[in-house]
Amino acid sequence: MTSYGKGLRALTLSTVATVTVALALVFFYAPLDADQGFVQKIFYLHVPLAIVSLCGFVLGGLLAIGHLRTGDRKWDLRSYVAIHMALIFGIGGLITGSIWAKASWGHWWVWNEPTLVSFLIVLLLFATYQPLRFSIEDPERQARYASVFAIVAGAFVPLNFIAVRLAQQFVHPRILTLGGGNLPGSMRLTFIVSLIGIALLYATLWKYEMAAKSARMQARRLRRSLLGGDAVRPLGRSAAPS
Amino acid sequence: MRAALTVLRKDLTLELRTFETVPAMALFSLTTFVIFHFGLDRSTVSGQLAAGVLTVTLLFAALLGAGRLFVAEREQGGFDAFLLAPVDRNAMLIAKAAALFIFLAVLELVAVPAFALLLLGPPLWPRLLGLIAVLALADLGIAVIGTLTSAIAIHTRARDLIGPIVGLPLLIPALIATARAAGPLLQAHSSGSPPGKWLAVLALYDCVFGLVAYAVFDFLLQE
Repeated sequence: MTSYGKGLRALTLSTVATVTVALALVFFYAPLDADQGFVQKIFYLHVPLAIVSLCGFVLGGLLAIGHLRTGDRKWDLRSYVAIHMALIFGIGGLITGSIWAKASWGHWWVWNEPTLVSFLIVLLLFATYQPLRFSIEDPERQARYASVFAIVAGAFVPLNFIAVRLAQQFVHPRILTLGGGNLPGSMRLTFIVSLIGIALLYATLWKYEMAAKSARMQARRLRRSLLGGDAVRPLGRSAAPS
Repeated sequence: MRAALTVLRKDLTLELRTFETVPAMALFSLTTFVIFHFGLDRSTVSGQLAAGVLTVTLLFAALLGAGRLFVAEREQGGFDAFLLAPVDRNAMLIAKAAALFIFLAVLELVAVPAFALLLLGPPLWPRLLGLIAVLALADLGIAVIGTLTSAIAIHTRARDLIGPIVGLPLLIPALIATARAAGPLLQAHSSGSPPGKWLAVLALYDCVFGLVAYAVFDFLLQE
């Protein structure tokens, strides 16, 4: 039994420190954008959220490969938590993106904006992950099917971005081009620190949920072996691995 | 390969004897064209609009067919029989995807001429070859994803719901590429050859998901 509580305190503290530094940089160090003004600062939250959530989806697929290869259900739990967290981050990214779009382009939703649209498609796909799990009762089959879904959907993420990007004209500022983009140095530093902060936040929350879930499972198992099978109430149907 | 051919022959024989899936898909497409006629309030469509109408109709008809793909196996215990047989499990994927591809091709033999007759403004002949190329690539992707999502959905409790809601988002890139490739083809003055960029995207989609499906399909059949 892996203990997910180990190192959790250090990880939490470094997350708090990094996010604090990132916020300080965002508000006191990074310059105001010349034509968007203050609202541009949501960029330091929106873009890292979106990037981390997409990486989380792909990570969920990679962890699911571990489950199918080894047949060990703890990989399924890891993959589930990775996708679960990525969904939450993704919804955050979508909402902040929408606010930014309203502020800088005047509309809540902009269709000729490939990144926003592909992000929505990815979210729509991963929104079916929980219903899919929920409608399979046998836990072993649920884990296997969810892993298959996670792998297919993980491969879908980059392909979807290619298709949508080709289909639309560019409105979005291309900040993450291979050539380093067109961010001035102070903005880039702030952005990188924010990205690290959000990534650490994702890792911390992932670890917390893993620790909570595996502790609960362990407690159930202990109660069952100490008090007998009747003492533990059977679990209701659930989308989460059990 | 022989196992795949056997399963495919079984599926085609079943379809020829019952006429269950393909006629329903064709009828569904015709009805959808009528709905589009009234919904859009147009007697003819062309260009990107025509491509959208055709792609959406074919996609939904394909989802209809995909939903039926494994029903016989589930109801008659075909999965157990297949698992007992000493054959490669991916034979099932190949056979079912080929069956869905053939269903789609037959559907399009009916639906595309009907679309040309009922809704399409410009004549079909000059652009037929280009359209066949686009639809063949699209059918390949739809067949693979349809088989995969149908195999996932068949063992869930709400299988009629899970299949389409998982399948639709997965098919969006293929849908974009198909519609964009067919759009210029269906314009009034078209060169008759589809844009290569979108054919390449479709081919990439087919390759990636063909390989992914081949890698993971095994795990959907275990008991």
